[in-house]
Amino acid sequence: MSTDVNVTESTDIRERPDYAQYLVCAVMVAVGAFLIYDGTSMPGGYAEVDPVGPRFFPITIAVALLVMAVILAIAIPRGSKGEADAGEDIDPDMPSDWRTVGLLVGAFVLLIVLVVPLGWVIASGLFFAACATILGSKHYVRNVAIGAALALASFYAFYSGLGIPLPAGILDGIL
Amino acid sequence: MENFDWLLQGFAEAATPMNLLYAAIGVLLGTAVGVLPGIGPAMTVALLLPITYNVSPSAAFIMFAGIFYGGMYGGSTTSILLNTPGESSSVITALEGNKMAKAGRAAQALATAAIGSFVAGAIGTALLAAFAPAVSRFAVTLGAPSYLAIMLFALVAVTAVLGSSKMRGLISLLLGLAIGVVGIDSLTGQPRATFGMPLLSDGIDIVVIAVAVFALGEALWVAAHLRRRPAEVIPVGRPWMGKEDWKRSWKPWLRGTAYGFPFGALPAGGAELPTFLSYITEKKLTKHPEEFGKGAIEGVAGPEAANNASAAGTLVPMLSLGLPTNATAAVMLTAFVSYGIQPGPTLFDKEPLLIWTLIASLFIGNFLLLALNLPLAPLWAKLLRTPRPYLYAGILFFATLGAFAVNLQPLDLVLLLVFGLMGLMMRRFGLPVLPLIIGVILGPRVERQLRQSLQLGGGDWLSLFKEPVAIGTYIVMALLLLAPLVLRLMHRSEESLLIVEDDTDQKQKAGKL
Repeated sequence: MSTDVNVTESTDIRERPDYAQYLVCAVMVAVGAFLIYDGTSMPGGYAEVDPVGPRFFPITIAVALLVMAVILAIAIPRGSKGEADAGEDIDPDMPSDWRTVGLLVGAFVLLIVLVVPLGWVIASGLFFAACATILGSKHYVRNVAIGAALALASFYAFYSGLGIPLPAGILDGIL
Repeated sequence: MENFDWLLQGFAEAATPMNLLYAAIGVLLGTAVGVLPGIGPAMTVALLLPITYNVSPSAAFIMFAGIFYGGMYGGSTTSILLNTPGESSSVITALEGNKMAKAGRAAQALATAAIGSFVAGAIGTALLAAFAPAVSRFAVTLGAPSYLAIMLFALVAVTAVLGSSKMRGLISLLLGLAIGVVGIDSLTGQPRATFGMPLLSDGIDIVVIAVAVFALGEALWVAAHLRRRPAEVIPVGRPWMGKEDWKRSWKPWLRGTAYGFPFGALPAGGAELPTFLSYITEKKLTKHPEEFGKGAIEGVAGPEAANNASAAGTLVPMLSLGLPTNATAAVMLTAFVSYGIQPGPTLFDKEPLLIWTLIASLFIGNFLLLALNLPLAPLWAKLLRTPRPYLYAGILFFATLGAFAVNLQPLDLVLLLVFGLMGLMMRRFGLPVLPLIIGVILGPRVERQLRQSLQLGGGDWLSLFKEPVAIGTYIVMALLLLAPLVLRLMHRSEESLLIVEDDTDQKQKAGKL
């Protein structure tokens, strides 16, 4: 009983409920629905080696996810909130800067597209320089220089040290 | 005495020049990442997992052991010099440690933390060597239903006991279990949740998930809230302690160790509770109560020892049962798997030399930490001034390197981004990360154990509850889940227990955990 009272009080006095949390609900519903679809569309005819079969576990998880999504969806408007992560470099009083995050994700997508055609050294060197610039470093030449050094060092360390050939791309034959 | 012989053999193996070099690299790397904000030991071990392809298992684990202990030590440096603890386990250290540093006693605070960590690490590792083989011998005799019960207990404990919101812990756990489903079903060969992609039939590589959730998620989250100016670092010379400091420190070290190890060894332990208990004990027992809240050395010595002893304790369930209870142990466990070593109670029987080398290297790493860290403290303090754009760009760079090097497939980078965004979402909405990782690792093993138990029991669900150890474990699990309810009825709120200081500033910090 006492918890109910607390919850309503805090919503009245403090800030609005954190409606953005419905995103978590959406992710949970999507994952749960996919697991149920995958489980039910699984072709039969597999070897019946155990009493529950391969469908039981994923579908149990999916049902639990859907149930928790409903519980969370009920809890959100009543003021339930997660504690956002704290950390050394996090300024909790600053509003979230989603533009920086978006640009970083963009740089990441470019890396995914370019890593095979251009090769690891060029793609990852540019990726580092781009990230440092997006995060606010204004020394553009130094950004590129550090990126190039890291990219070359990691390429050779993995090639000769660990025997893992990262893709050389257009620099094939030069490196 | 058989174990002692094995330990000596472990020392012989760990003390070769090459392995000592790996130990030194691990310790330095571990301390560096412990000091640096944004990255921790779990992520470092995750990024280094590709070395398991080309380096012998003992060398790799020697290095990981160094990172594990080094990270603990580095974390205390940050909380003392910056007053912004990176991990929840070093929050208590910051209470008194930063006050000492502000009062010009940073050198003594760092010294008591370093020596206390060494003492606790040495005792904790000795206890690990004494208890883990016995636990493992007992665990080998357990049947599948009992082992299933113990694994479920670990899942429940990590989800429900650690962290502030049980609901969010459970959501994380379920998402982790769902990720663990991807791949070919081990018993029937049926592909599950692979989106029809053959590349996913081996499941999603745990390295990719760990790097995404720890490294990428953290870097993106910090990027959204980066401080304009990095916080003030208190400059420090070489750590040292006077006679009076030694006198006031040695008892808290031992008491802290006594709190830390048992809590670490329990699946529900963690380091938060023992460091907190150690702090209030020292506050009660001290002869200088007026100094508490203003920089009492006992308040650094005790919690730091508790923190390290609990780190040693978490290795007991990991080595003897194959159950990870903290993030670094979870990632180390995946290293066992990538060497084709099945973690579990049979580890001591099947890989005795490897395990004892690991334990011996914990002793060596602990000693190296003390020898290296006292002289290097000023350097670590400088490391705290790394320009943040380079630090986080570097984390992003190494995250992509670590995930890409596993299979050299761009698909892994796509997965890295997807799970990295999930890590960002989890940090934004306060979903704890540990249950997710534990769910990914233990989920498939729980499923296999459950289905094999049912197979053996002829499909009878009641057969899961026939072994005494299984029944006992389920009873303890039920108590664990009901205890907070009962406590709440008795005390109104368990949170009130956790407020340490009457100072409003520190009250706020306790709330942020």
